[in-house]
Parts: sequence; structure tokens; C-alpha cells
Amino acid sequence: MYNYETVFILTPVLSEPQMKEAVEKFKTVLTDNGATIENEELWGMRKLAYPIQKKTTGFYAFLEFAGEPTIVNKLETAYRRDEKVIRFLTFRQEKYAHEYALKRRSLKKNAAKVEETPAEQPAVEAPQAEVKEETNE
Amino acid sequence: MQGGNTTMAQAQSEIRYLTPLSVDTKKKKYCRFKRSGIKYIDYKDPEFLKKFLNEQGKILPRRITGTSLKFQRRVARAVKRARHLALLPYVTDLMK
Repeated sequence: MYNYETVFILTPVLSEPQMKEAVEKFKTVLTDNGATIENEELWGMRKLAYPIQKKTTGFYAFLEFAGEPTIVNKLETAYRRDEKVIRFLTFRQEKYAHEYALKRRSLKKNAAKVEETPAEQPAVEAPQAEVKEETNE
Repeated sequence: MQGGNTTMAQAQSEIRYLTPLSVDTKKKKYCRFKRSGIKYIDYKDPEFLKKFLNEQGKILPRRITGTSLKFQRRVARAVKRARHLALLPYVTDLMK
């Protein structure tokens, strides 16, 4: 088992439920082939740095999974067969990349927790702290 | 080093050069990844990667950024991944 990560860009012409459906489709491709999905991030609509297939925006989705090396080919053929995908990238996470990914995930979790629990308190405290720092400089 | 210091002092007191002799004041370049202990360079952060690109979006050489060979390779890989995913442009004018 190795850790992999993959990013794919969907065409912007799709509606919101179609996007979700496409992402779910690739997730099932992974899980059906014995991979476990460890992280999922939808970056949403982003402007592309250059046009791809005459489109200037795209919907980015990011997945991290653990599985056997053969799964990458299966996933990429699924990408190629799907017209909704305009660009994709899949690669194995080497040691440091995996450490970084774990750290990134835990940071994301903590951020989500902070938003859930005391939503008001940090929002009030934070601006004051920022002002103090600025005056020191 | 001592000789260099005395000439600098003289230059300041007696002779004024049009272009200051900045041989001794040259800053030593260093690899920012080694110094700050970054081990993995993320392709998902195009704003950070822009520090290693020139205005046309080309990767800057090591002799300018001071990055060590090991991390230069990783920077290059991250930039190329970001370009593939249209997070960074392949060619452009006036990047910043």
C-alpha cells in the first residue's frame, strides 16, 4: 500500500450536483479497486492560469488515498474516458510529502474545530492582537 | 579581512567613490529550505512558488535564489506540477 494524491479539474459548464456526482464517481472508482480515501478537498471554481480547452475557469477537486500501484492506471483511464475532466495529476507521496499531507490535514481539522466551537470569541480577540503587532513594528 | 576593513574606512573618510566598493558587504546567499527546515515543497501554493519565478514565469537559477541543489530540484518539480494544473502559467508577461 502506498499513499497517493490526485487533483483533477472539471469543466465549469457543469451544475453543482453534476460536479458532486463526478467527484463521487471517481471516489467509487478508487474504493471499488480496494483503495481507502483519506482526505477529500473541493477547492471549488478557480481561475486557470492559462486556458484549457478554451475554458478559463475550472472546478478543482483534490483526493488523497492509499492503495496498490495498479490503481493509478485504472483511475487515470477513468479520467481519460470522462469528458468532464479537463486536467488531472496523480502521484505517489514520498516520505516528506506524506508527512506534509498529514500535517496539512490536522491543521485543516483544527481550523474546522475552531469554527465549530467558539466562533465568536476568536473573531473578537484576533483583530486586537493584530493591531498590537502592527504598532510594535 | 582586515585589509578590506581599512580600505572601506578610508573610502568613507577620504575618497568618495561614485560606485561604492561593496565587495565586503555582499550578503551570503543561503538555502531558505535548509535554514527554515522545510522538507516538502507544495505545488498547491502558487503564491509561494512565485518567489522562484521571474516575470516571464521561468524558474530562477540557483545562482540567484541561493537554493541548494536538492531543493532546487524539488522547487522545479513543484513548479512543473503547478503549471500542469494551471495554478501557474507556462508563459506570461508581468507575472506580479
